[in-house]
Amino acid sequence: MTLAAATDLAAATNEHLANISNTLIYSSMAVYTLAFFAHILEWLFGSRSKVARTAAALTAGGSRPAAKGAPAVTVQQGGSTTVLERPQVVVRAAAGARDVPDGPGAHGGDVQGDLFGRVAVSLTVLAFLVELAGVAARAASVQRAPWGNMYEFNITFSTVAVAVYLTLLALKKNVRWLGLFLVTTVLLDLGLAVTVLYTASDQLVPALHSYWLYIHVSTAIFCGAVFYVGAVATILYLFKDSYEAKLQAGGKPGTFATSVLERLPASASLDKFAYRVNAAVFPLWTFTIIAGAIWAGDAWGRYWNWDPKETWSFITWVAYACYLHARATAGWKGRKAAYLAMLAFACWLFNYYGVNIFVTGKHSYAGV
Amino acid sequence: MSDTETDTSREPEELSAAGSQLSTAPLEESASAPPGLGVIGWARWFWRQLTSMRVALLLLLLLSLGAIPGSLIPQTGADINKVADFRKAHTTLAPLYDRLGLFHVYSSVWFSAIYILLFVSLIGCIVPRTWQFVGQLRGRPPGAPRRLDRLPAHTTWRTTADPEQVREAALALLKRRRFRAHPAGDAVAAEKGYLREVGNLAFHIALIVLLVAFASGQLYKSDGNKLMVEGDGFANALPMYDDFKSGSLFQTQDLVPFSFDLKKFTGTYETSGPNRGTPRTYEAKITYRVGAYGKEKATTVKVNEPLRIGDSKVYLVSHGYAPVVTVRDGSGKVVYHDAVPLLPLDGNVTSNGVVKVMDGYRDARGKADQLGFQAFFVPTFDPRAGTMLSQFPALVNPLLAVNAYHGDLGVNSGRPQSVYQLDTSRMKQFKDAKGQQLKKLLRPGDTLTLPDGAGSLTFDKDIKQWAGFEIVQEPGSGWALGGAVVAILGLAASLFIQRRRVWVRAVTGPDGVTVVEMAGLGRSESAKVPEELGDLAARLYEQAPGAPAEPDPTTRAVPAEGAEK
Repeated sequence: MTLAAATDLAAATNEHLANISNTLIYSSMAVYTLAFFAHILEWLFGSRSKVARTAAALTAGGSRPAAKGAPAVTVQQGGSTTVLERPQVVVRAAAGARDVPDGPGAHGGDVQGDLFGRVAVSLTVLAFLVELAGVAARAASVQRAPWGNMYEFNITFSTVAVAVYLTLLALKKNVRWLGLFLVTTVLLDLGLAVTVLYTASDQLVPALHSYWLYIHVSTAIFCGAVFYVGAVATILYLFKDSYEAKLQAGGKPGTFATSVLERLPASASLDKFAYRVNAAVFPLWTFTIIAGAIWAGDAWGRYWNWDPKETWSFITWVAYACYLHARATAGWKGRKAAYLAMLAFACWLFNYYGVNIFVTGKHSYAGV
Repeated sequence: MSDTETDTSREPEELSAAGSQLSTAPLEESASAPPGLGVIGWARWFWRQLTSMRVALLLLLLLSLGAIPGSLIPQTGADINKVADFRKAHTTLAPLYDRLGLFHVYSSVWFSAIYILLFVSLIGCIVPRTWQFVGQLRGRPPGAPRRLDRLPAHTTWRTTADPEQVREAALALLKRRRFRAHPAGDAVAAEKGYLREVGNLAFHIALIVLLVAFASGQLYKSDGNKLMVEGDGFANALPMYDDFKSGSLFQTQDLVPFSFDLKKFTGTYETSGPNRGTPRTYEAKITYRVGAYGKEKATTVKVNEPLRIGDSKVYLVSHGYAPVVTVRDGSGKVVYHDAVPLLPLDGNVTSNGVVKVMDGYRDARGKADQLGFQAFFVPTFDPRAGTMLSQFPALVNPLLAVNAYHGDLGVNSGRPQSVYQLDTSRMKQFKDAKGQQLKKLLRPGDTLTLPDGAGSLTFDKDIKQWAGFEIVQEPGSGWALGGAVVAILGLAASLFIQRRRVWVRAVTGPDGVTVVEMAGLGRSESAKVPEELGDLAARLYEQAPGAPAEPDPTTRAVPAEGAEK
């Protein structure tokens, strides 16, 4: 009976921790909401300034002459008699590429907008820390990695997505434009988690008792977060690219489109960012599938069983491989490749939500 | 896979030579104009199409599309019962699906056709690329283009050092940075990042290894199940299996010789909370011997921890209860005493099964007969639940419900029959005093007495458990794993390593001052190329410090015609 008493005591502690975790998750949602509004204000105030770098670069008679091809550009340090400190490298864009500068970001150069943008990032950091604590408390309450069901998977996923974003910011990458889109999706993701997907904290079935859980599921979550960031960049690329194409063709895009898209990075930058992000994580996604196969070999007797989850992770892999391959092949660059990237991310999403909810397979114990 | 971000090789022709062979990616040819050259011409055209990137991409997309139905339609390989249900529910669709092989997508003709074509295309791509790459390794990086300032990254300065000194310093510097560098005319040409191509080729070759390993695994595999009650033994030979599947090239003598005994099965379950009854641990204690006369060793098989013996793996896949029953005949003689494995019907291990007493039994009049009992078992009976179904998977309050038949079990008819079902077509029910079918709920130790001195069945206090094992042999998985590891490494190398060229030209300008020009070219338009060039230039600048700029900037930077000797 002492054993039973100890178990009860442990159960009580677990429940207590689970409650703390829930409170933390709700709190982080509140802070994310504040960050969301701060981002909205950033965009609103940013719309006051009328920066039109893209339009200027692409419309005839703009302020930036198309000087890239002229050899005069290389004479950057010429004409003086001083001895150089260090030779300067001159970079040329590839032939045929649009020469468009990046937008200034959501604040559009507006001081107040920038202030709200900074507030939004600070709030995102705070919300991230609270959410991280929530995930940690959940892990402590279940005494295992918090990836046993869709609720836990969702809260971890959004935490990791925000971590990826904040890491890129900390590395001084130009990603602040992601903020609003990211915070919005994080809120949706968490909203879904606490309402539809909520599962009371519990232990795992024996099939999940393996250190492969840590390897396979953690990399799957991380890959998803990075693929998500890549997908946002791809969508924005598609908008910005058609905006630029319209300008180039002499068209006049709508005021809202102009206001928003002028502030985003150039389509080429967005495209490159999306590609880098997707390419960087693709080997890890490959590893995730292989780690899953090794685990499957231990748990189910065969390393590849065409289980729906396996099949869809394979389909996702092939779709991303197609995308990366398409970039290497002439004729599939730009928009076509971007559609492939979107398709690939859609496969990833279906693999997560679709397969868990609509299809029964061996991953079904992941719990809705 | 993914050779470039932006192909810079489509620059004006003077740069094309500099950028040539910066990778081994095939040039994209237009798909038009099939030649009117007869069979050989058509074959060549077909081969070129098949090995082109565009077709490879299409095949890759087709492969992912083709994999989709298999994840949505029940598959015979995964769950035969579901396929049967589907057939019953969709009488018009099912024959159509059958014709298209949609119940076994991954072994269907069309799916195989896609991946075989894809891999032929892959081989057709890899072989020439490998030869080309070998050629590149044996050759040298191409010489400097005439106009270095046309390259994506370029820098220049005037120096007091001699051109020869600069070139020597540049050669030493580039070699120190592990560039493949050589002097070429008035310039030094260098290249680095060959590992990208190695990785790329390794990745594609690894994919082929992976596929071959997977395919051979399918052909040579064997896969069987064995249900064992605690105390039972198993030797790995075909007759010992309850059911057995194998690949088409599998041979019986391929079975790894070993044997094992199940000593004890342990299952624990969540006792409270919303997930009450969810399994927490399953483990089977066994002793095994490798080979016919191997030494006996003890081990524990768990859900994620199979026993590995050579190519063979023993998995714990199911479990249930095997109540021990004793059947006596009219004279009180024990005619049956055994553990009866029962099949679970739900998560709380409500189980059913049968007891067949085939021979040795004589009825009250001493006549030989056969007995059959239908058994329904619950490990935890809860009278408050209002149902006979088990309320918990562990043995808390076990209860066995039995009814009894006598007559011909049908086991001698030659037709195969299930050990878990009773064919009552030629059997008669035992009746109770009221003329109803004889039924009784037994607690451990209870006995069901058959009417008219026909004997009895006792539910013994000892309730055993059984464990279901799956014994899988899948050769080639080591190769598959090796292929997978090489694939990841190759992929990482081909995505993260930049292949790039650097040229350093040093010539004496018209005014007698040395002009140094450096340029960098990458296969992809990466920020790393100018960065690295700047770094190299800074190093070289230390050894060839700047001279005051010439008074007239219009004549500088461009080398004189014919400077490229």
